[in-house]
Amino acid sequence: MPARNASRPASTADLFFTFNRLALQGFGGVLAVAQRELVERKGWLTKQEFVEMLALSQVLPGPNVVNLALIFGDRFFGLRGAFAAVGGMLVVPLIIVMALTAAYGAFSQHPVVSGALRGMGAVAAGLIIATALKLMPALASSRLSPVLAAIFSALTFVTIAWLRWPLVWVIAGLGPIAIAIAYARMR
Amino acid sequence: MSALAHPVLPMADLLGLFAHFLVLSLLAIGGAITTAPDMHRFVVDEHHWISDDQFSASIAIAQAAPGPNVLFVAVIGWNVAGPLGALATMCGTLLPSTALTLVATRWGARRRETRGMRAFTTGLTPLTIGLLVATGWLLARPYVGNDLRALGALGLIAVSIVVMLRTRVSPMWLVGLGAVVGALGWV
Repeated sequence: MPARNASRPASTADLFFTFNRLALQGFGGVLAVAQRELVERKGWLTKQEFVEMLALSQVLPGPNVVNLALIFGDRFFGLRGAFAAVGGMLVVPLIIVMALTAAYGAFSQHPVVSGALRGMGAVAAGLIIATALKLMPALASSRLSPVLAAIFSALTFVTIAWLRWPLVWVIAGLGPIAIAIAYARMR
Repeated sequence: MSALAHPVLPMADLLGLFAHFLVLSLLAIGGAITTAPDMHRFVVDEHHWISDDQFSASIAIAQAAPGPNVLFVAVIGWNVAGPLGALATMCGTLLPSTALTLVATRWGARRRETRGMRAFTTGLTPLTIGLLVATGWLLARPYVGNDLRALGALGLIAVSIVVMLRTRVSPMWLVGLGAVVGALGWV
């Protein structure tokens, strides 16, 4: 694990193909693969930087991983980088999913197809949980203090997963409190 | 039904579809999937452009295919009005959020080292991690039951988590495993 992002994408083409490759591995969602590629394989981001970028992507409206690609690309190569990363992430998968849609009608009733979809869905759930577990060490080094950070994580989980509150309420409610405490603790 | 024989939508309706997704884009805090209930209300309940089953299948196909889950928006558009429909929903979903994300991150990047910005990202990091756990939980819930297939699904979820944490295997292989196990009817 590199302490800081010593390595960086070589060019916009590098960005395009990296995001293309990670999108094509991303069955059931891209986030788990993005973490693996950008943090663990390429070392372009530290765990901490990845979580911070992800936090921004989630607070801003729009698809999270698309926002992540925009922010990441923009940081290294400006607008061209942002569009290279998003293009890499979307173009080929879009063609594939359209082809699948066209073919799906013929096979939708087949139990093997619906079974396979269920199996892939279960794995997708496991991948997200694993990604969350991997990012948890970021809480331990939080400037909020590890205990407070864990409390805010737990509150977010409970309000979203159990109480099923709309995300906007949760972020608008908990976010300002967490930010205010963090602000007060920083000198 | 062949998905290729999609209905031809009048231009006014196409524009209406585009406009509706434009508005939803800016409401999609936490990801495009958070606006799925309102997309459902618009294209299924209000306009009867596609059926309930087509709507659910659209999300399942996009999840099973490689690439970001936001592509379900393109599948819905395709099912409503073919390639033009996909173009309308995808552009509607991406344009506003992309513009806002770029403006906001550039504004933020210039202030990255200020106390306010650091407090902002520090405060939101725990919420992000809590939200990831919640997403994994909600994705896993449909598989939790008390029959044998639920056992298969939970096993699959557990294996995915362990493999992701302990090895550097690409998540793609796990999804493949999920497809095979699911196709065998064990999930």
